[in-house]
Amino acid sequence: MIKCKNLTKIYRNGDVETIALGGVSFTIKKGEFVSIIGPSGSGKSTLMHILGALDNPTDGKYFLDGQEVSRLNENQLADLRREKIGFVFQSFNLLKRTTVLRNVMLPLIYSGISIKEREKMAREALKYAGMEEGKFNNLSNQLSGGQMQRVAIARALINKPAILLADEPTGNLDTKTSRLVMEYFKELHDRGHTIIIITHEDEVADYAERIISIRDGKIESDRINKKFKYLRKKDAD
Amino acid sequence: MLIDLLRETVWSLAGNKARSSLTILGIVIGIASVITMVSIGQGAQASIENSIQSIGSNLIIIYPGAGRNEGPVRSSRGSAKTLTMEDAEAVKNQIVGLKGVSPEIANRYQVRAKGQNTNTQVTGTTPSYTTVRNIKISIGTFFSEQQAKSSAKVAVLGPTTRDDLFGENANPVGSTVSINNVEFKVIGVTESKGGSGFNNPDDAIYIPILTAGNFLAGESYLSSISVATEKQSAMDSLQEEITNLLLKRHKINDIASADFNLMNQTDIISTASSITGTFTILLSSIAGISLLVGGIGIMNMMLTTVTERTREIGLRKAVGIRKIYINLQFLAEAVVLTFIGGGIGVVLGWMASLGATQFFNINTEISISSILMAFGVSAVVGVVFGFYPARRASNLSPIEALRYE
Repeated sequence: MIKCKNLTKIYRNGDVETIALGGVSFTIKKGEFVSIIGPSGSGKSTLMHILGALDNPTDGKYFLDGQEVSRLNENQLADLRREKIGFVFQSFNLLKRTTVLRNVMLPLIYSGISIKEREKMAREALKYAGMEEGKFNNLSNQLSGGQMQRVAIARALINKPAILLADEPTGNLDTKTSRLVMEYFKELHDRGHTIIIITHEDEVADYAERIISIRDGKIESDRINKKFKYLRKKDAD
Repeated sequence: MLIDLLRETVWSLAGNKARSSLTILGIVIGIASVITMVSIGQGAQASIENSIQSIGSNLIIIYPGAGRNEGPVRSSRGSAKTLTMEDAEAVKNQIVGLKGVSPEIANRYQVRAKGQNTNTQVTGTTPSYTTVRNIKISIGTFFSEQQAKSSAKVAVLGPTTRDDLFGENANPVGSTVSINNVEFKVIGVTESKGGSGFNNPDDAIYIPILTAGNFLAGESYLSSISVATEKQSAMDSLQEEITNLLLKRHKINDIASADFNLMNQTDIISTASSITGTFTILLSSIAGISLLVGGIGIMNMMLTTVTERTREIGLRKAVGIRKIYINLQFLAEAVVLTFIGGGIGVVLGWMASLGATQFFNINTEISISSILMAFGVSAVVGVVFGFYPARRASNLSPIEALRYE
């Protein structure tokens, strides 16, 4: 599903070169639940931007679903983001003073799908994300943090994307809500979604079955999360 | 696609009512103030030109010059007794290309009727005065050639004088007025020429010239001779001919010592248009400043919302909307805002000018060019400052735009 070969990203600011990513290679299979963890400045955000087709690597190759993303132009990248990638941002990034439904429909505005069909898809995605139907026409700024995140997830899922990318999804939530949201990600994983979560918190990373930890632009470790099975077992009890 | 674009535009504008209405307000104020200012300016200009035209067209007025005494003391201009009925007859008979010549003996007198009294300009003249000075009669008649020759004691009143003496819109024909204690029979009232205050052309009484000379002035020297020419183009040459004729009649060789003056309407118009020109510049600069202020208002609103919208743009890009649609949407929003504001502004400016006419009695004239200019400038400002920052934001990478604080 995802294949990265020697991904490198160098930022140039005048004469100063900053190596954000120094040759990262890994593969993520369909249906995997992966956490990318690292302290700030480690290059994990840069990696997420490249995986999310928001940014192109300076060097190296990135294949998504067999397509070489690193060679696409701006419009092709936009189309790819719309069709294959679902984003969940840290600060939700919902449109204020806009209803829940319209927020969820946002990625599809100019996709050529009729408004009726879009609304149907948005309702399905919202139900799938566990949003109460009574809140569909509420304005996004009237929701609680957890509800906002559900709307953001519904927006990410509306196109049935190949991968779900979450950037610090619990960064703005309290502990209790964080736990609920992470449980929900796990549920999505159980339903077969490919999920990548970028975080700096071990607690959040521990929900994934595989943890890639990044430091100074390189992969420090790439391991199966032992606690993952334990957590599931505990759930089963 | 287009319907999606429009729907998105409407949602976006309706979702930010405060922002949208403030932007519209800025545009409305800019446009409405320009339209009102310009309409007042042009109305004033038109009414000044009108009142000059109402004196009569192609008009040359001959005034007596300063009195010629021995020694260095000159009496005031126009006070000399140099113009006579014979001069007027000579001009009428010897100069070709004139529409009419009317000699005038004018003075201010106390006038009484039915216990009301007023002080007004009494002009003794001939029936050709109506042609020369463009006078129309609304009630009754002007006096006839016969009445003029027989020095009949008949009077034609200006509408303001009629109002003062007999009450507004009364019919005074057949009544008697007493001018300087001489009784006159009122035979007509002239049409209003518009104007007010000092030198109001409607505040006047016209009587036969012989009557004025015999019963009021006590002498037959003229206070002016009005001459109307057939063609405007011939005014200069006719003016010269009249000057030469009068110089010859008065036996004066040197034009510098002439005992009369000629003034033509073109001189008056050029003086007046230099005044109205200044006036127009003044009003245009006020209008320009309001347009500038309005433009800055629009610019401010458009620019201050960019922070919030930069993140929105980043989000739109991140979820896979192509740049072109983002640009188009912001362009559409700016166009819709400026057109709504422009429409309201035009209507409001129009109403304000009508209101100024209605309630403050100010002449206004709405010009299409001022509407187009005001609309054009705010539309350009609105669209440029609504679209340009959005375009710049849409060129940022989605990550940068999303991080924008």
